[in-house]
Amino acid sequence: MSNRIMGVINLIHETDELEHLTQNRCLATVPFGARYRLIDFILSSMVNSGINKVAVFAHTKYRSLMDHLGSGKYWDLNNRQSGLFILPPATDDLQEISRGDLYHFYQNRDYFNRSTAEYVVITRSHMVCNIDFNPIIDEHEARGADITIVCKKQHDLPGKARKVKMSSDGRVTSIQENYGRMLSDVSSMEMYVMKKDLLMELVETSLAQGQDHLVRHAIFSRLNKLRVYGHLYDGYLGVVNTLESYFTNSMNLLCPEVWKELFFQPGTIFTKVKDEPPARYLESSKVNNSLIANGCRIEGTVENSILFRGVHIGKGAVIRNSIIMQNGIIGENSLIQHSILDKDVRVDCNRDIRGAEKLPFLAGKRKTI
Amino acid sequence: MARKEMLAMLLAGGEGKRLGVLTKDLAKPAVYFGGKYRIIDFTLSNCTHSGIDTVGVLTQYQPFELNRYLGIGTPWGLDRSDGGMAILPPHVKQKGGVWYKGTANAIYQNMEFIERYNPSYVLVISGDHIYTMDYDLMLQHHKRCGADVTIAGIEVDWKEASRFGVMHVDDEDRITAFEEKPAKPTSNIASMGVYIFTWSVLQKYLIYDEANRQSSNDFGKDIIPAMMRDGLIVSAYSFRGYWKDVGTIESLWEANMDLLAEEPSLDLSDKDWRIYSVNPNRPAQYVAAGAEVISSMVTEGCVVEGRVDRSVLFYGVQMEKDSEVSESVIMPNVRIGEGARVYRAIIGEGAVIEDGVQIGDPEDDAITVVAVGQFVANDHVLLEVEPS
Repeated sequence: MSNRIMGVINLIHETDELEHLTQNRCLATVPFGARYRLIDFILSSMVNSGINKVAVFAHTKYRSLMDHLGSGKYWDLNNRQSGLFILPPATDDLQEISRGDLYHFYQNRDYFNRSTAEYVVITRSHMVCNIDFNPIIDEHEARGADITIVCKKQHDLPGKARKVKMSSDGRVTSIQENYGRMLSDVSSMEMYVMKKDLLMELVETSLAQGQDHLVRHAIFSRLNKLRVYGHLYDGYLGVVNTLESYFTNSMNLLCPEVWKELFFQPGTIFTKVKDEPPARYLESSKVNNSLIANGCRIEGTVENSILFRGVHIGKGAVIRNSIIMQNGIIGENSLIQHSILDKDVRVDCNRDIRGAEKLPFLAGKRKTI
Repeated sequence: MARKEMLAMLLAGGEGKRLGVLTKDLAKPAVYFGGKYRIIDFTLSNCTHSGIDTVGVLTQYQPFELNRYLGIGTPWGLDRSDGGMAILPPHVKQKGGVWYKGTANAIYQNMEFIERYNPSYVLVISGDHIYTMDYDLMLQHHKRCGADVTIAGIEVDWKEASRFGVMHVDDEDRITAFEEKPAKPTSNIASMGVYIFTWSVLQKYLIYDEANRQSSNDFGKDIIPAMMRDGLIVSAYSFRGYWKDVGTIESLWEANMDLLAEEPSLDLSDKDWRIYSVNPNRPAQYVAAGAEVISSMVTEGCVVEGRVDRSVLFYGVQMEKDSEVSESVIMPNVRIGEGARVYRAIIGEGAVIEDGVQIGDPEDDAITVVAVGQFVANDHVLLEVEPS
């Protein structure tokens, strides 16, 4: 059924721990996977699930977000019947901007009220996965749940995530913030499915009680009153909210099984397209186990690395275990190891740049080294 | 609506017989080129970069895929409310209708479209040439010369001159003689098939030409010679740069190989002159451990586990372990099986080369073509490609 579900990508108080990578952009638009931004994964998942109304609750540093999403046409969200709504904070007051997400939901309640959708899927942008929401809604209905939280059971998941404890029938009994001794190995993917009417009710009653956080207040404190269930997602998940998890999850893409699943199953991941020509490999190029985007020109050696669009690797340069973002230029005979270079970084000839596996070297946007 | 100074009429109805199995179900302008493009992208991008925002695309042969591809012209910035792209197929009117009889007749049949914008000049181009050119510079030349028609010309190899319309040009850039595909060419300045006409003049000639039953209704054979006979100002605009008519298997293959030069004369990475195209949405290409890629162009969505040498791989090509592709053009979504070898070939979209199969011969100069969607197993005998 169309228009049954509406989507919210909630960027309010998203974590900001990617150092230089989130200095001038929000987490949602951190470049990832050679040609994408983090938000592409959840946005494409929603679209592929048939959700044709998606609101992005922007919060801070959203210039790159507006630029990236545009009219939503690359995600097929600019038709008469569908739409992308980028909703920045509806206030100028700094104190109000820093209030919890429920406050901002309330400020934008028109978005919810105007839609005829029955369900809302609320997500964040940093859970990198390719997920179909339809079976989750079906399960939600079959269980007679009030809220379903999408979870991932995995012992050594990189990145920071809330932990969820579930009873044997899938009911969520407690939720824990991402610090302290963890109570389970089930992580919350911060994706919540509920009826729109319930959400609006939670927004109003919580705010009336002086509570303004969706998870911490509205859901966490009502676990015994509401029927909150966990849905265990069994596809690939990358939680990308620390520099270490960014690096690890990027490198995971070099596993062909992950590449095939994350980018193709169950749907394809869309992004803003660019008219870059195919990548050029010159006679002296040596490339191994790497992801290469269009527009690259490779004259040197690239191993276990990810090159974004339009990267140039000079003759004799060696790139190992590194991530080079859009338009990076690496001079001749330079060595780059365990590094992340943000967009437009230029490395001169004969440089030697090495980070460590657990602590990659990170160069900010437009730096010259 | 604002009057347009110049609009473009793009001839895209070519059947492309000489491209054989590649154009069986596809109009020539929609044939793939250069790793992610189709031939027509080049002229459409030229229009956009030259500031032309009204383009009529004349289609005829196998239009479905081409029309689907062009859509409303969005990738080329031609989805405009004033002007933009219009697809112009042959059509019937009250007095009936006919297929496009020739290049000039195709324009004649669409005079109403042109009149709607009432331009001063009309640019006529075809959708089967690979080049980047600023048509605005040519228009300025046309105006400076006070010409009735300006033809873009390029110096070609004497050996090849007989494939083209060749022209003799005097010191004032005027064309003194024009021969269409002469057996013994006396000039090596070839017409690029790019014309700028002063619309009021062209309009008259199109009507004369249509009334002439002997005419083949072709620009090169009829309209231009008639204008020369009548002493009109027929001017040449000499173009320096890369230009290739990719109408044959050999030239299509060569033009792809030309892109692989260390510094190719056609620079696809020129940020000021991007070739716009419908961008398929594919993840970055994956080059596996043990793969080798040199002197080649590879597009997003490919998985390369084998060896690629002096070749062009379109999106979604999958090369399995120990496979080898050399001096070849592999069109979208082709699978090259384990241990398969491909030499000097053009492999059509979606074809499957089974494990261990060899296509072409490294010792042989001939180019092998595998048809779109063809499944090639070990005992499969490929049809000989007709020499063009």
